[in-house]
Amino acid sequence: MSLTKTELLELYKYLRLTRTLEDWIYTICVHQDPKQPLIIGKGYLSTGQEAVSVGAAYTLEKGDWLAQSHRDFGALLVRGMTVDELLAQYFSKAASPTKGRDANVHLGNTSKHVLGFISHMGAMMPVANGIAWGAKCRKNPTVVLAFFGDGASSQGVVHEAMNYAAVFKLSVVFICNNNRWAISTPVKEQFTIENIADRAAGYGMPGAVCDGNNVVEVFETVKKAVDRARKGEGPSLVECKTMRMTGHGTHDMAKYVPEDELEHWKKRDPIQNMENYLKEKKFADDAYFKKVVADMKKEVEEATEKAKQMPGPKVENESRDVYAP
Amino acid sequence: MPREIWYADAIREALSQEMRRDDAVYVFGEDVAAYGGVFGITKDLLAEFGPVRVRNTPLSEAAIIGEAIGAAIYGLRPVPEIQFADFLTTAVSPIVDIAASYHYRIGTPVPITIRAPSGGALRIGHFHSKCLEAWFTHVPGLKVVVPATAYDAKGLLVASIRDNNPVIYFEQKKLYREIKDDVPDELYTVPLGKAVVRREGKDITLITYGSPLYLAYQAAKQLEKKGIGLEIIDLRTLQPYDRETILTSFKKTNRAIILHEAPKIGGFGAEIASMIVEESFDQLAAPIVRIGAKQTPIPTNPVLEDNYLPSLKDVIDAAERLMQY
Repeated sequence: MSLTKTELLELYKYLRLTRTLEDWIYTICVHQDPKQPLIIGKGYLSTGQEAVSVGAAYTLEKGDWLAQSHRDFGALLVRGMTVDELLAQYFSKAASPTKGRDANVHLGNTSKHVLGFISHMGAMMPVANGIAWGAKCRKNPTVVLAFFGDGASSQGVVHEAMNYAAVFKLSVVFICNNNRWAISTPVKEQFTIENIADRAAGYGMPGAVCDGNNVVEVFETVKKAVDRARKGEGPSLVECKTMRMTGHGTHDMAKYVPEDELEHWKKRDPIQNMENYLKEKKFADDAYFKKVVADMKKEVEEATEKAKQMPGPKVENESRDVYAP
Repeated sequence: MPREIWYADAIREALSQEMRRDDAVYVFGEDVAAYGGVFGITKDLLAEFGPVRVRNTPLSEAAIIGEAIGAAIYGLRPVPEIQFADFLTTAVSPIVDIAASYHYRIGTPVPITIRAPSGGALRIGHFHSKCLEAWFTHVPGLKVVVPATAYDAKGLLVASIRDNNPVIYFEQKKLYREIKDDVPDELYTVPLGKAVVRREGKDITLITYGSPLYLAYQAAKQLEKKGIGLEIIDLRTLQPYDRETILTSFKKTNRAIILHEAPKIGGFGAEIASMIVEESFDQLAAPIVRIGAKQTPIPTNPVLEDNYLPSLKDVIDAAERLMQY
């Protein structure tokens, strides 16, 4: 199957929207007055690896679920979370997804089938299994995408979850965004194998490696795994090779990343790649890209003004909802 | 119709009747299917409910609890068994980091009931005897239940399964086939958060929960001969716990002993003692005494374990001491 022109342009827009929104968050984080911050906490950005998130999430259908990592803004947008919602979350507003009770990337939205990410990284992998088991019990052909990074790949719970998913043939597709760095620890200090996807054989599931900076390749690789899962044939592991082009967070200048490594990956920027591809196909030109960028900047600026005006959380509501009624 | 049944059978009856009533309820865990669980609690459930609702899992406690959370978010009511409460240590992260705060952060209830056989005196040592309930009472968002009678074992389990929050149900494995009492054959609930006065007495309030209730009964009989009236309160639920019943009794006796099997330091008795002092300082006639196990790992040899556990003598001595004030 191949993507239509409309789909390819849509993929491009999601990539561009992710970049625009995250660049904006970066700008705010770096320039805001720390005594009167607009953004509470730091930004944890997916700059340079947007294609993993966007391409993978684009394979999903309406009833499917997402267990995103902290670098999956693109997937959140693809799954229908809005710029307004995400900015409200970053600005810690009362009407944000976590009502000001949690910060930035620790968000979820059950009505949009987005699980709530937590800082323990691989922790949501077995929860993704639970969604898939629930769907299996209710005989729904639901697929869950479960994202984790090269860092989380060393956690026991990630191994438990993958073995468990294979045993019960759960419709989970595990996506490893291998962006080469776990904060300051490079992959060569994290594991001795070339590909994390090679571990799939040990769980008895298919493993695949793809270029994480090529959104079409990510889409096509993940789509195969998603189709397989939907047919009831069980989980897969897809490793997307990419590079984290920022620090771990907006507070981290990432001086530990060698210049030549950054230079190497700058030439492989996923958005640039997609623009070249669309131009080759004659689906779009520079004027089109320029207009998309301008429209998005406007959208993000307007959403920022709107979100700024939203009321913050009230202390009267602080202790509500600890228990469900 | 009430009839006398074992504590263990009351738990099984609660599971099977609740599974018949609500098809969202299902059990899973290590060896729970054909084998019926290492304590036989889930015996025969597989034959009635089939392999989807009664399922063995790999030895992956974190993945078991993770599944429960995901399935609960999906709309089921999972009742995982953790083979021994001691093994909860390998699943603390999903319980504490995800389940406990999910409703508060994301707004979606996580109705799971984790069955965890707890407690000592079976000569099975440090890794099969611990009482971990106090750990979990410290985590906002969790409920903690410890039934002491067959009647409560059934009614509290049904209430836990129907509750919309994560509940850890610490069943007392020493009582499985040691305690029998009248249990109605129909479904009923014992409300979470309500203590019960098991025995009335005018002189000292003894607050306990779980299997030490029977030690308290023995002590009450002996103390009666010495003219000391022991009022026994069984907490039944530790989180949330019933302050009112404790304070009403204390107002009458002005003396209190808290008895539990967990080690004294940092045990739940510390919470009860502090609460009484905070709320009823002017009614204190004597110090509040806590009785718990010794501050050592749990020895296996019977002589050592008996010395480790709280004893009848501990309770009698404490009561006599309090009456000297």
